[in-house]
Amino acid sequence: MRDVAVIGAGCTTFGEKWNTSFRNLFVEAGILALEDAGVAGEQIDGLYVGNMSAGRFIEQEHIGALIADYAGLATHHIPATRVEAACASGGLSFRQAVIAVASGMEDIVVAAGVEKMTDVASGASVDTLAGAADREWEGFVGATFPGLYAMIATDYMSRYPLTREQLAQVAVKNHFNGARNPIAQFQQEITIDTVLRSSLVADPLRLFDCSPITDGAAAVVLAPLDRAREFTDTPVKVLASAQASDTITLHDRRDISTLDASVAAGRRAFAMAGLSTADIDLVEVHDCFTIAEICAIEDLGFCRKGEAGRLTAEGVTALDGDIPVNTSGGLKACGHPVGATGIKQVFEIVQQLRGEAGKRQIDGAAIGMTHNVGGTGATVAVHILGV
Amino acid sequence: MVGIITYGVYIPRYRIKVEEITRVWGANADDITGGLGVFSKSVPDLDEDTATIAVEAARNALARRAIDPRAIEAVYVGSESHPYAVKPTACTVGEAIGATPVMTAADYEFACKAGTAAIQTCMGLATSGMIRYGLAIGSDVAQGAPSDALEYTAAAGGAAYVIGRDDPIALIHRTCSFTTDTPDFWRREGQDYPRHGGRFTGEPGYFKHVEGAVRLLFEQTGKSPKDYTYAVFHQPNAKFPQRVAKILGFSPEQIKPGLVVPRLGNTYSGSSMIGLAATLDVAAAGDRIFVASFGSGAGSDAFDIEVTDAIESEMFRRDAAPSVEQLLANPIYVDYAQYARHKGKIVMQK
Repeated sequence: MRDVAVIGAGCTTFGEKWNTSFRNLFVEAGILALEDAGVAGEQIDGLYVGNMSAGRFIEQEHIGALIADYAGLATHHIPATRVEAACASGGLSFRQAVIAVASGMEDIVVAAGVEKMTDVASGASVDTLAGAADREWEGFVGATFPGLYAMIATDYMSRYPLTREQLAQVAVKNHFNGARNPIAQFQQEITIDTVLRSSLVADPLRLFDCSPITDGAAAVVLAPLDRAREFTDTPVKVLASAQASDTITLHDRRDISTLDASVAAGRRAFAMAGLSTADIDLVEVHDCFTIAEICAIEDLGFCRKGEAGRLTAEGVTALDGDIPVNTSGGLKACGHPVGATGIKQVFEIVQQLRGEAGKRQIDGAAIGMTHNVGGTGATVAVHILGV
Repeated sequence: MVGIITYGVYIPRYRIKVEEITRVWGANADDITGGLGVFSKSVPDLDEDTATIAVEAARNALARRAIDPRAIEAVYVGSESHPYAVKPTACTVGEAIGATPVMTAADYEFACKAGTAAIQTCMGLATSGMIRYGLAIGSDVAQGAPSDALEYTAAAGGAAYVIGRDDPIALIHRTCSFTTDTPDFWRREGQDYPRHGGRFTGEPGYFKHVEGAVRLLFEQTGKSPKDYTYAVFHQPNAKFPQRVAKILGFSPEQIKPGLVVPRLGNTYSGSSMIGLAATLDVAAAGDRIFVASFGSGAGSDAFDIEVTDAIESEMFRRDAAPSVEQLLANPIYVDYAQYARHKGKIVMQK
């Protein structure tokens, strides 16, 4: 198996991009990534794109070919593949690209993610997202994602000493980071009071506990490590790529406050890289809701179960903390264009490891981790990147 | 030069507080009133509709100025809630004020800006000499589905403007429009309530078009916000007109007299026209007023208006009809059940 490197990365701004169509989003991100890598279209051997539900959001399927076509690659007949795993589509797209390069089947491979969510009304987007859970056992009986994560939060708070204020601090921190990230949907800092006074969505989760509906796209270019310096002076090595699955329903889990797929994928990734949590300089976790970040920090092993709230309140996960979490602003402040999020996480780590993260730069960042969740944890992708 | 000969407003006396609506739907009153800047909205009486409101507004306009109603040779009523799909409200109004039969008439629809489109039509007809006076009305018993965000603001009211060239109380120096095919808010034939694209009604709808029309008029006239005493913008809530005023460089003082939405709600086709009337209620000769309406679908009409000496002369009696402030004073508050009855939301035995 060959070593793999990221040689280029690009990302659109995230937000309610009324004036930008689905195809323009991914073309923009793709061009940014290819220009960053210094790669021309005819050099690309393969394309993987993470996308959850273009069929329901914009009534368009056959996304792989569409992207290849609008990227100007139709005449090159490159293999173009859509990858779908709900909100983990981007993370799995990246992993498929890593596998393609590592196997030796393909050399220069683009991994992208895109979602255009604002062409439908919010009720329709909530129902589309509910397709990431079990439609028969969860969706049909009325469970939406805020509802499911509220159950996790309720269970968690009944068993561990997590306070409402500590939970709010996750959003406060991520908005602080987002205010320092030019691609973030939300550029405003908030206070704990902002979260506590916001509308109740699904008890105990309030509006500011939830990631928003977002349009956006991100793309990265991969190459074999031994060819990476043909293209860039700052290749970022893929040290580990791991994926795990779990029951699709929340109620069938061993423990609904622990995402066992996160635990499994995290352990596999650390084993593959030969690293431990102590080696990680920063981590992008899947904070679709504030409680999800709390669970992720623990499930990946950065602290014991029940401690993440206190550590968040103490600033351990802040930009200047011991283990900065979601320096990009996370899903909460960057926004969550579901198919693009996993690639945006890689984009953030690449920027940090190259020292290009501006006001949110972690000094001396050398090893970073991404954690991308589909549904309530039925799919998890974890990657470790290093320079 | 063409301008406003007289104007009149009608607002039903009933109000419902936004907090009463939030009580019924289990929403947080502070969130809603804080987000919209609207605290109450007008509610029509059992027998009031777009036609009766239009007639009242037209009669109030004629009460202020002794013009022969037979000289009103065009009547246009803009509304989203014409009582009939086929049968013009404008004919009812024309008959009620004695303008029939030698007149042209039609009903207009352009979401919340059909009334200002009617003003533009009358300006053209009067300027060309085809008519002496034209009556342009914006009137609505605005629709908002129960529990929809629109329900907190959808109100009832209307304003009537007589447009002509004989001693206007306010000159309309110029008007221009900025219009695109933007589906931000719509109601299909047979549907009871409009649907909308949520926040899509904001940036790509209201702000793009209002800013587009305002900047276009500034380009054409070489004027800027400092040249105006007052400004009036379409007011679906209090936040939008305040924000667009700030973006364009108008001060809170300039929009204050015309910002009627916090107590009145959004009267759809009546909205910017009632705001202009409230401004004319306090304006003096020489005051310059900027107006920009907005209609979903979408477009904005901008107007450069200058108040003349006629507003203070004996030919115009501002006090002969109630001011907007008087119409807003002494409301009768209803609860949600009475409101539902007044709005015909309760289905009676069939």
